[in-house]
Amino acid sequence: MLEITDLVHSYGSRRVLDGVSLRAAEGELVCVVGPSGCGKSTLLRSVAGLIRPTGGRVLIGGQPVERIPDNLAVVFQDYSRSLYPWMTAANNVALPLRRRGLDRRRRREAAMAALDQVGLADAADKYPWEMSGGMQQRVSIARALAYRPSLLLMDEPFGSVDAQTREDLEDLVLRVCAHHTMTTLLITHDIDESVYVGDRVVVLTRSPARVAADLPVDLGESRDQIATRQLDAFVRLRAEVGRLVRGGSPTSTVLEKH
Amino acid sequence: MEHARVLRGVAGVAGFLAAAEIVGATGLIDDRFLPRMSSILRGAVELLADREFLADARATLAAWGLGLLLTVAVSVPAGLALGALPPVERAVRPLIEFLRPIPSVAIIPLAILLFSDNLHLRVAVIVYASSWPIVINTIYALKDVDPLAKETLRSFGFGPVSVLLRVSLPSAAPFIATGIRVAAGTAVILVVSAELLAGGSEGIGIYITEAAGGNRMDLMLAATLWAGLFGVLSNAVLVAVERRLFRWHDARTGAAR
Repeated sequence: MLEITDLVHSYGSRRVLDGVSLRAAEGELVCVVGPSGCGKSTLLRSVAGLIRPTGGRVLIGGQPVERIPDNLAVVFQDYSRSLYPWMTAANNVALPLRRRGLDRRRRREAAMAALDQVGLADAADKYPWEMSGGMQQRVSIARALAYRPSLLLMDEPFGSVDAQTREDLEDLVLRVCAHHTMTTLLITHDIDESVYVGDRVVVLTRSPARVAADLPVDLGESRDQIATRQLDAFVRLRAEVGRLVRGGSPTSTVLEKH
Repeated sequence: MEHARVLRGVAGVAGFLAAAEIVGATGLIDDRFLPRMSSILRGAVELLADREFLADARATLAAWGLGLLLTVAVSVPAGLALGALPPVERAVRPLIEFLRPIPSVAIIPLAILLFSDNLHLRVAVIVYASSWPIVINTIYALKDVDPLAKETLRSFGFGPVSVLLRVSLPSAAPFIATGIRVAAGTAVILVVSAELLAGGSEGIGIYITEAAGGNRMDLMLAATLWAGLFGVLSNAVLVAVERRLFRWHDARTGAAR
């Protein structure tokens, strides 16, 4: 579904991506984790077609990304800047559907259905600034879902909410990703989160970013905030990812499994 | 809070009027030069029943409204174009910076030469003078639109024109509205100035000139008072409209106005 090959990007003479390659299969949820400022967001923006990378190739469903693909949606970290304050939640969610050629009534219906999925059916006519941070990010997620993308990109989607809300949103993403058949690329700097949410964790090195490791997550389909985090497999994998993010080399035990 | 502020404002105005009246009553100022405040106010009330004055006021109001409408129609698109196309803005900038500081009233003599019709003259002068605040505000507001807001819509595959109309324009709207409010005030100054300088058959400015010619200082000042009150009133109406339309803007910036 998503195929990134040897992606290189430089801002002027500063190289941020140094040959990143990764793949995501149809329906897979891949977490990309790496130290702050390592070029994760640049990677996401290259996939979204928002910037043109210096080198390398991005294929979505076999098609090279040349302009902005129309089958992907992005959820940004900063919901308060990404939602439009002059529009209600429902209208925010409905806006991108203009690209789908739906009439006003259909757009409204699709928006209401998506808001219902994120548990905000009652808040459809509220404005973003009347909502808590967690609710606003739910609206952003609903906006992406309503668009029915085949590739969902999330850039630190839970980076600006409190711990409790973060856990709720993690479970929400797990639920909706299982419900829709879409491929998801979730960028985070949170090691714990990458293991909890992902089907696979791709660890990037410090800038300029390369892939340090690509680890499968063997925690099964259903996850639980308390029980899953207590599993030996979870604890081991988290430790491994943590070591890699801090610049360590992969240990043999995990490599064997891989 | 709001109440106290209004009360204080009223007290200030009443105090000024009373002081002016007292100065007049003591004979410090010859009331052939400056009529007593009470006679100016009486004149202002009388003007409301004066057909001639009402026709003049209507003419001024029509020129003002038409001028402002045209100003908005011209300067908002111009500001959007300049704000959206930085190379063009950089090219036009020196011209703007040269023309803008010229006192607008100084172009009235030129307008007198160019326009034979009095309405055209007044509208043209208004459009020239009132466009600046709107154009400048629109350019700056567009530069300040959050790049992430634009990027969000772009990521859904919307093109530059859609992004301009659906994100940049609404984001900039509160600042454009402020520009329009400033322009409305400028337009009042310009329309009356044009009437005073260019003459003509009707308008508050014409009434003022004629009252002065007929040695009716009280009516002259009463008409001036109405022109001022109109400026205050239009400003208040536009502030109310802004507050209503851009509640989201105040809520977000936390501005307590």
